[in-house]
Amino acid sequence: METKSNMIKFKNKFNPPNPLLQGGKTGFLKLVVFLFVLVSIRLNAQKTYTHIALINATAHLGNGKLIENSLVVINKNKLEVVSSITGIRLNPSSYDTVIDLAGKQIYPGIINTNNVLGLHDAEAVRATRDFSEVGNINPHVRALIAYNTDNLITPTVKTNGILYTQVTPRDGLISGSSSLMALEGWNWEDAVLKADDGIHLNFPKAVKRKYSEEDGMSNVVNKNYTNEINYLNKFFEDAQAYCLTSIITEKNIRFEAMRGVFNGTANLYLHTEKAKDIVSAINFAKKFSIKKPVIVGGKESYKITSILKQNNIPVMLNRVNDLPDNADDNIDIVFRTPYLLQKDSVLFCLQLEGDMEAMQSRNLPFNAGVAAAYGLTKEQALASITSNAAKILGVEKEIGTIEEGKLASIVVSDGDILDIKTNNIILAYIAGKSVVLNNKQTELYLKYKTKYGIK
Amino acid sequence: MKRITVLIVLIFFSVKFYTQSTFPTNGAPFNTHSIYAFTNANIFIDFETLVKNGTLLIQDGKILNVGEKLEVPKNAVVYDLKGKFIYPSFIDLYSDYGVSENKAPHRTSGGPQMESSVKGAYGWNQAIRSDYEAYKSFVINKEKGDELKKLGFGTVLSCPKDGIVRGSGVLVNLGVKNENESVILDKAAGFYSFSKGSSTQDYPSSLTGGIALLRQTYYDAIWYAQNKNKTEYNISLDAFNKIKDLPAIFEGNDKFNDLRAAKVGKEFNVKYIIKAGGNEYQRINDIQTSQLKYIVPLNFPVAYDVEDPLDAETVSMAELKHWELAPTNPAQFEKNFIQFCLTSADLKDKKEFLTNLRKAVKYGLSEKMALKALTLNPATFLNVQDKMGSLKKDLSANFFISNRSIFDNEAVVMQSWVAGEPTIFSDINVPDIRGNYVLNTPDKKYKVKFWGDVTKPLAKITIDTTGKNLSYSFSNNLITFSFLVDSAKIVRADGIYNANTRSFDGKGQWANGDWFDFKMSYESAVDTTTKQKPAAKKVDLNLGKVYYPFNSYGEPLPDEQGVFKDQWNKFKNRYSAILIKNATIWTNNGDSVLKDHDVYVVDGKIVRIAKNIDAPKLAFAKVIDATGKHLTPGIIDEHSHIALTAGVNEGAKASSSEVRMGDVINPEDVNIYRQLSGGVTCAQLLHGSANPIGGQSAIIKLRWGHAAEDLKYEKADGFIKFALGENVKQSNWGEQNSIRFPQSRMGVEQLYKDYFTRAKEYDLQWQSFSKLSPKEIEKNKIASPRKDLELDAVAEILNKKRFITCHSYVQSEINMLMHVADSFGFKVNTFTHILEGYKVADKMKAHGVSASTFADWWAYKNEVMEAIPYNAAILTKMGVNVSVNSDDAEMARRLNQEAAKAIKYGGLTEVEALKLVTLNPAKMLHIDDKVGSIKVGKVADLVLWTDNPLSVYAIADKTIIDGQIYFDREEDAKLRQDIKTERARIIAKLLVEKQKGAKVEKPKGKHERLYHCNTIEGVDEEITGHR
Repeated sequence: METKSNMIKFKNKFNPPNPLLQGGKTGFLKLVVFLFVLVSIRLNAQKTYTHIALINATAHLGNGKLIENSLVVINKNKLEVVSSITGIRLNPSSYDTVIDLAGKQIYPGIINTNNVLGLHDAEAVRATRDFSEVGNINPHVRALIAYNTDNLITPTVKTNGILYTQVTPRDGLISGSSSLMALEGWNWEDAVLKADDGIHLNFPKAVKRKYSEEDGMSNVVNKNYTNEINYLNKFFEDAQAYCLTSIITEKNIRFEAMRGVFNGTANLYLHTEKAKDIVSAINFAKKFSIKKPVIVGGKESYKITSILKQNNIPVMLNRVNDLPDNADDNIDIVFRTPYLLQKDSVLFCLQLEGDMEAMQSRNLPFNAGVAAAYGLTKEQALASITSNAAKILGVEKEIGTIEEGKLASIVVSDGDILDIKTNNIILAYIAGKSVVLNNKQTELYLKYKTKYGIK
Repeated sequence: MKRITVLIVLIFFSVKFYTQSTFPTNGAPFNTHSIYAFTNANIFIDFETLVKNGTLLIQDGKILNVGEKLEVPKNAVVYDLKGKFIYPSFIDLYSDYGVSENKAPHRTSGGPQMESSVKGAYGWNQAIRSDYEAYKSFVINKEKGDELKKLGFGTVLSCPKDGIVRGSGVLVNLGVKNENESVILDKAAGFYSFSKGSSTQDYPSSLTGGIALLRQTYYDAIWYAQNKNKTEYNISLDAFNKIKDLPAIFEGNDKFNDLRAAKVGKEFNVKYIIKAGGNEYQRINDIQTSQLKYIVPLNFPVAYDVEDPLDAETVSMAELKHWELAPTNPAQFEKNFIQFCLTSADLKDKKEFLTNLRKAVKYGLSEKMALKALTLNPATFLNVQDKMGSLKKDLSANFFISNRSIFDNEAVVMQSWVAGEPTIFSDINVPDIRGNYVLNTPDKKYKVKFWGDVTKPLAKITIDTTGKNLSYSFSNNLITFSFLVDSAKIVRADGIYNANTRSFDGKGQWANGDWFDFKMSYESAVDTTTKQKPAAKKVDLNLGKVYYPFNSYGEPLPDEQGVFKDQWNKFKNRYSAILIKNATIWTNNGDSVLKDHDVYVVDGKIVRIAKNIDAPKLAFAKVIDATGKHLTPGIIDEHSHIALTAGVNEGAKASSSEVRMGDVINPEDVNIYRQLSGGVTCAQLLHGSANPIGGQSAIIKLRWGHAAEDLKYEKADGFIKFALGENVKQSNWGEQNSIRFPQSRMGVEQLYKDYFTRAKEYDLQWQSFSKLSPKEIEKNKIASPRKDLELDAVAEILNKKRFITCHSYVQSEINMLMHVADSFGFKVNTFTHILEGYKVADKMKAHGVSASTFADWWAYKNEVMEAIPYNAAILTKMGVNVSVNSDDAEMARRLNQEAAKAIKYGGLTEVEALKLVTLNPAKMLHIDDKVGSIKVGKVADLVLWTDNPLSVYAIADKTIIDGQIYFDREEDAKLRQDIKTERARIIAKLLVEKQKGAKVEKPKGKHERLYHCNTIEGVDEEITGHR
């Protein structure tokens, strides 16, 4: 039984088996063998392997728990079995393949929230930019339409364990609606997991940061604040009235796009950083009885955790690797914010909005790693990029944890996925389908390694 | 006998000095030669000599005599001052009186402007306005003059305030008859600054460029004066040479700019008089060391509104402390024996001048020094002490009369006399009307009381039994008053005061319109003895200490006795020795990682690495238990833009090799401290990438708390930034920016060839000149070549005295620069960013150039689309010396993690990865003889980590530079607590201020700007694209 041909063993902890990503010591032959094996897994898995048993790995379930010697069974697109393997006599013939992952780590696919990934290639080149529209109030603008499944950046992101991204438009007061996409698919229809999951509102800032020759960087009172708030209020009042009535004289596509926000089928993402602005945003959401408000950014959310908790409002927390806003702030306050939210039981996930966010998506697990260095447990840190994100997005029944009945969207890493030096993804499945783990960068790497004859 | 002599002398002089005028008069002239006598006054004849009950005699604008018990000539007009005060008029050396104000600062709009827009035979840069002469445009401004006179000023230096070289200022008396009689000195001083003001020309766009332009102008002027064979006529340089021997006033406006100006002054042997900014107390020892004179403003910050606790968070501790301590600034100049004068400049509301002067006195400035700084010192600075600044015989009759000591809160300037011309603000002979009166009207009698200050008594009227306000005005013996009988009925009246009967007579009108006669008669005296204020009682100001650096996470000096010669050594506990025990030591010597070893540091150097070293018996030694921890060399960031002031790019020209980052180091940037917390000990501060030839770099150690010069790495080799690709082609700067050469990679190569060719010729010129003997030079009248700071730096590259760090992305251009270098016989030192280095790794190895790269950045612009995170690993394996850099204040705090990416991408060993941010950058910067590894004899720049330093979970626990602990988690916790306490203390003060009704303003939360390669001063980053 043990000799069955489709039994694959990944034995050597210190010599990770993905030759594309590692300079193994055994050289070219090994490389060829592994290439062959991987390609065959891929091809076979796509064509025939629909019932797969992953054995002996440490499974990090994403919900805070882990199973040390685990059995994870994929059946078609779902997870069929998730349990400890101890005491189980496995019958390999019941599976298309059994993969021994002793010493390896299994994780739920990481979810990259609030990001323009998929909406541009070379960011400075206007022709490739598809994340911002003309106008201030654009709830009807849908990001998934521009999501390019053949985007150049996405393949470099999934190779670090990220399997989903919430493709999100930017700019204006209301930028449009986001959608949750798998990082593989033939086209956006194929890739989408949840279309139009919510509307993104850049909540007005009472105080703006501005540069002037006289004062340098300083806070300037936003002169348009009241106008912007009034403008938003008016739009929400009109939209709410429109969505409540059954007699519509003229269809308004902007108002139509707001239905989900009012009836609770879509989130309202309130992008705001400062404590005072967050409080105003919560107040705004309450005024319009918004059922699913989410604070996005929330740099100062740690200052008002009790308000967030009371109102049961989750936070999509902006990048952990960021500088404090004020010189007086604790130097590690941004690193530590996830812990402060966790401690006060505020539901949060991590995201990376900002400078070069699409390219930075591949570093999301390492942001979680930093959060773990500054107070979270590693499993809590993992939850902040998997199950917590799924909960906030309302897809917790499908993805975010490794649990029976959920989609088989999982990744296997050589070592700790949150630590840079050990994050090495050797296998990944999205809804049971094997994921191609190479990209243009690995190809260039291979090309030049070959040119120079180096390992 | 004596009296007769005096008289004779008087007559003699008065005859001799009758002034003449070229102006015809319309009708008979008004010339009078009256003598004015001011008697019974407290006269400050100079800042330290008070004559009580003295007499001042003036005639024809000059002082005839001053002293006690002087005979008053019979023909004199006598003013009995009854104990009032006379001071010499104040002199303001930094005024904009009578000259046009500074124009709006330059703003970038439209396309680039590379050349001066001024037509004529002027110099090349619009910001050099040496030909401007303020006296030619000076016109009397009566309103401003009166405002200044009311503050005690009589003479001001009207300054040009526009440009880097600003021209000359004019010394004028305030508000004399006409301009001709106002001007005292036409060209009293030359003016300089680092700010280009209204110039619309792009260059200079940064502080470092401003400094370079000023230096080059000095050199050009020298050349212009010496070179007789020149074919160029240049108004600007000619004028520069004409003003350069005048007293030179430099607008520093900030402690660090003051010191930068002092440095330029030293280079050209100029003793600037520095216009200070008000924050000099924060580095007063350095200011003192500059040995210059200062013009100090009294612009104390307005209190912050901190009522809203969340808003108040944006005001930093440094801003709070500055609010608290700014009034001590003048006192600090006095205490440190620095020569200074005071100015009303920088005050938004000039009326605050006297209030703030008194505040400065309350905060420690002596009254004597305050007077000196307003009279004798400014006069001496301009060499006019024989004309003004005290009240001595024959000096100009410039003085003012105040009701009491000018330092008294209630003191006002009543009259100002300038060159013998009076300006009257209030009557000096107001009768004392204080007392109890009865107001008799045909209907009723009322009690009226005047009491309080004699110059403006308060008044009250008693109607039935209730006391009410009596509003009144009294001047020229005429009184007008009104009061409310009941809520709606107002009674109004006018009357004349009779000093003999001490009563008022006049006519009033009832609320219904009926008229009546009244008489208000003196009844009895009120208590006029002014309350003996507890004046002698010193108010405890309860001031905080000055922190070094003056920012969050700064610390006070351990004790405040005297001036420290070597002050920065006092900041941190100065350990003679540190013993780190039981650490895992990443030595960087080969791949050696030593478990459970000790490292012993004495006097900043590593002296021993072994197991179980005995605890040192030295005093001031520290033992650190590092069990379970990891010790590595300090992290070195090859590419940083922190700790710089006002711009990293001087990008207006294609080459800016004349600018030096070392001129604009800001040692107080909080990012220094933040990066210490990430284990960074050393960084190369680079010019940006806006042009093919950038500026000269500065290599610093992160010695938090020390002065800028002390941050610089000792005797480091000179480096210079070069740049290639999209940034220098201005590809992402918008269509307007398509003028500057080069706009393609083809042009970039030729630009280099041009500069290196010219630099070579320039160098040869100097070489042959330096071989000439003085005799030959004399005989053949050979002029020295013009010193060109730009070509100097390029020539240094050719002579292997300066080394290139070149911003680069695409393989073609990398290849090109190596060829250019080869063709001129030198090697490129480092390619930075170098994201396509992996494509030409073999060529780079052959050239011997180092690579300093990003770990995994890409996709932010077109030229980085083929960047791969395996770059560092491939280059390393090809034998190139590789480092990983930040170019980013945030990322620099976790360069250890960025290094770890080379393990993930490309499989470097952990030791190889650590070297990417320690030993390898040390090699690139030519400092690996001292730092970069843990080795006996090397400098102790060390980091103690809580975990494997390549792990995302590792946190720097201690960061050591020169064997001193600059960052420590425990200390950090204390500093946080201190920030909290210090904030709370000052905020409590501010809240009291607000309740007392002080003016408050919203906190602004000023910050240092974060710089990247592409940041252009004054331009939003959005416009210039990324990196």
